[in-house]
Amino acid sequence: MPEVMHRKLERTATGFMLAIIAAASVGGIVEIAPLFTIDDTVEAAPDMRLYTPLELAGRDIYVREGCYACHSQMIRTLRDEVERYGPYSLAVESQYDHPMLWGSKRTGPDLARIGGKYSDFWHVNHLNNPRDVVPESNMPSYRWLGTTPLKLSDLPLALRAQRAVGVPYTDAMIENAARDAYGQAVPDSEQSSGVTERYGEATQISAFDGVTTNVTEMDALVAYLQVLGQLTRAAYENPAAPQQMPDPDD
Amino acid sequence: MMQLTTGERQLGAIVLIALAILGIAMAAAGRTDVLGIHGAMVLLYSLALLFLLFSSAFGPEPSPARLTRYYDDPIKVGVGLTLFWAIFGMFIGVWAAAQLAWPILNFDTSWASFGRIRPAHTSGVIFGFGGNALITTSFHVVQRTSRARLADQFSPWFVLFGFNLFCLIAVSGYFLGVTQSKEYAEAEWYADIWLVIVWVTYFVLYVRTLALRKEPHIYVANWYYMAFIIVVAILHIVNNLAVPLSFAHAKSYTIWAGVQDSMVQWWYGHNAVAFFLTAGFLAMLYYYLPKRAERPIFSYRLSILSFWGITFFYMWAGSHHLHYTALPHWVQNLGMTFSVMLLVPSWASAGNALLTLNGAWHKVRDDATLRFIMMAAFFYGLSTFEGSFLAIRPVNSLSHYTDWTVGHVHAGALGWVAMITFGSLYTLVPAIWKRERMYSAALVEVHFWLALVGTLIYVFAMWNSGIIQGLMWRTYSPDNTLVYSFLDTLLAMYPYYIARAFGGLLFLIGAIVAAYNIWMTVRAPSAAQLPLDEDLPASDRPLDGAAPTPAE
Ligand code: HEM
Ligand code: HEM
Repeated sequence: MPEVMHRKLERTATGFMLAIIAAASVGGIVEIAPLFTIDDTVEAAPDMRLYTPLELAGRDIYVREGCYACHSQMIRTLRDEVERYGPYSLAVESQYDHPMLWGSKRTGPDLARIGGKYSDFWHVNHLNNPRDVVPESNMPSYRWLGTTPLKLSDLPLALRAQRAVGVPYTDAMIENAARDAYGQAVPDSEQSSGVTERYGEATQISAFDGVTTNVTEMDALVAYLQVLGQLTRAAYENPAAPQQMPDPDD
Repeated sequence: MMQLTTGERQLGAIVLIALAILGIAMAAAGRTDVLGIHGAMVLLYSLALLFLLFSSAFGPEPSPARLTRYYDDPIKVGVGLTLFWAIFGMFIGVWAAAQLAWPILNFDTSWASFGRIRPAHTSGVIFGFGGNALITTSFHVVQRTSRARLADQFSPWFVLFGFNLFCLIAVSGYFLGVTQSKEYAEAEWYADIWLVIVWVTYFVLYVRTLALRKEPHIYVANWYYMAFIIVVAILHIVNNLAVPLSFAHAKSYTIWAGVQDSMVQWWYGHNAVAFFLTAGFLAMLYYYLPKRAERPIFSYRLSILSFWGITFFYMWAGSHHLHYTALPHWVQNLGMTFSVMLLVPSWASAGNALLTLNGAWHKVRDDATLRFIMMAAFFYGLSTFEGSFLAIRPVNSLSHYTDWTVGHVHAGALGWVAMITFGSLYTLVPAIWKRERMYSAALVEVHFWLALVGTLIYVFAMWNSGIIQGLMWRTYSPDNTLVYSFLDTLLAMYPYYIARAFGGLLFLIGAIVAAYNIWMTVRAPSAAQLPLDEDLPASDRPLDGAAPTPAE
């Protein structure tokens, strides 16, 4: 007599609501809670480095401009994707991504491994007007990035907030965030050495937008694009990777 | 016109002054940040409402007789807000669609670039249009089906204006570059906190009104509104947990990272579809369909089955957004399985609706309003079938990342969400303003065809482009290399992007026609002053007539 039981339930708003909460909670709990057993979910990658302050600022610009609305950063475990974009994405590669930017629509191509594929110069031209380099593109132009100075003073706060949500930035990294951002975008400045010291020798120091007199939002965004897929080599060394994986060095 | 008592006016003034002070504080603390702009907006918004309140503040006390009638004033304002957001959100949609075909249409400005207006479109239509429609109709339905007046006169206004403040902050934020990037949860932390306050008030108001009901049973439409209110609160809070840079900054970082974030986000995202774009609109279906068709719901059992099926199954399905990604395999499989099972309660609802029309098909033929509701049920069936299909891993490997998803979304959004809303509005407006009928039946008919043709053009264009693109991405030559560059596949999209913009334009024109028709209905003098007791709770039931309705 489920129908009779239900008629009783319909007589009490509180009971009904509790039943809704109970029914609706199960799925989420079963699927989400186990994901926090990190060891099973996220592979180990000892060589994983953190975003530098400049790259993090670039990431925030990527979020602000809504690049994720048209570009994914998640190469699926499908042959054609691996051949087109590179080794499929591992969970560890977005381990420090708050939020993740996997995306859900590819109006443009995937960007998970865009780092190192093009020169800084190409990126700057492309962002200034995509149709200058790819005549058929429908991507918006982002001219203002090159003329907008990056707000360096917010960077220590940004790193501190990142640490609060679990990214292991050290005190030194937080303290020097603004200096490091400057040093990464102005090669051979006195601030530059600190960047490789704190973030590793592989960190790319470059005049990303081609101008070293100031640090712009263009510098930050290009620095971020150039590090995508480069934080760890784990994906290239993954034993489960399919045979036809492209050689990372070509 | 608001019928507020002196006490309620005072409470309103206090709340608005507190809000104004909050706005000043935000503006001062965030003066070097975009937060400051939002502070100024909060200030202006509360001052404008204060002005409205004061302009009627010194009127006489409303007569106690009002308590014997329904409280419909917030509903009237809600109808206007719904229509405003419909036109705004769809206009941005058409603009976004046009930008994909002609990228210069952002005029080289930052605020109008595609990545910023796209969330303005989605939030504008989902929260602005959909949310206002849900709040407005829920105020109507809960009173009629409970035969009780809203529990008080302050909280409906707080909910309505508070919710619209949230929408305003959210949407203006995207133009300014304020976003968390989480799809359908882009609004930043301060807007999110505000929404929690509004939502709790909404919940309490709803429950208090239900408690006053003169019907022993809670009508089925209210089950869905309750599920909508409760589950959206849970989803919203969990997905939006974040740490701001400081209280003077708009920017925050979510506490969730990487793969966990992806699962939390799509658990949220999919259930925003389920409990915002589905459950609430099913509530509309369960009230306005039997009302308009003047027939009881076909089966009470099916109603129960589909309600609990939807409430339970949907929450498992989010991981179908993450097939073949770095999310563990078993979660993907669970998501797929439950998505397919979800078809059963979904089709039970759609079938229940269509079978309710049995014996009323001649009305469907003659009455464009009922046809809107019928079409909505049909598109609901279609998009849930499509959704369950897309959730199957191999199918998803083709459809994911392509326009097929966008086609599915708009089969649901235009065909289901928007059509059921317009059908409900055309039923609600004459009832609330006490007109015999809409100003022009012909215009409802015109709107219906614009909406239907617009939806079909949109959806077919996206099915084509999505499937073509998905297939091109994976086409191999005989010597085992990929045939098409990404650019080749983009070039193939342009004709469809143009077609979609055109279909969307038709749909937008339909919404403008609706707004005009409703405006004229409101302005027309009520032809026959309906006798006063028509308005008494007792007379307005979801289903009049001899046959006791199964769900009551
Ligand atoms: C005038 C009609 C409309 C037009 C022209 C339109 C256009 C668009 C466009 C161009 C996009 C972006 C697609 C992309 O990124 O490739 C979009 C996304 C979206 N629209 Fe609309 N839209 C319309 C109405 C609606 C309505 C009424 C709703 C909801 C009630 C809606 C909900 C959405 C959603 C949820 C998305 C995101 C889809 C996704 O992430 O996959 N739209 N729309
Ligand atoms: C049984 C019911 C349904 C199921 C199983 C379902 C399943 C799916 C699947 C598999 C996707 C594609 C995910 C991807 O590849 O990224 C999707 C996307 C979507 N569906 Fe449904 N769907 C259902 C009903 C609906 C309805 C009724 C609507 C109403 C408006 C809707 C709105 C959406 C939206 C907005 C998205 C886009 C999410 C995004 O990528 O931003 N769905 N759905």
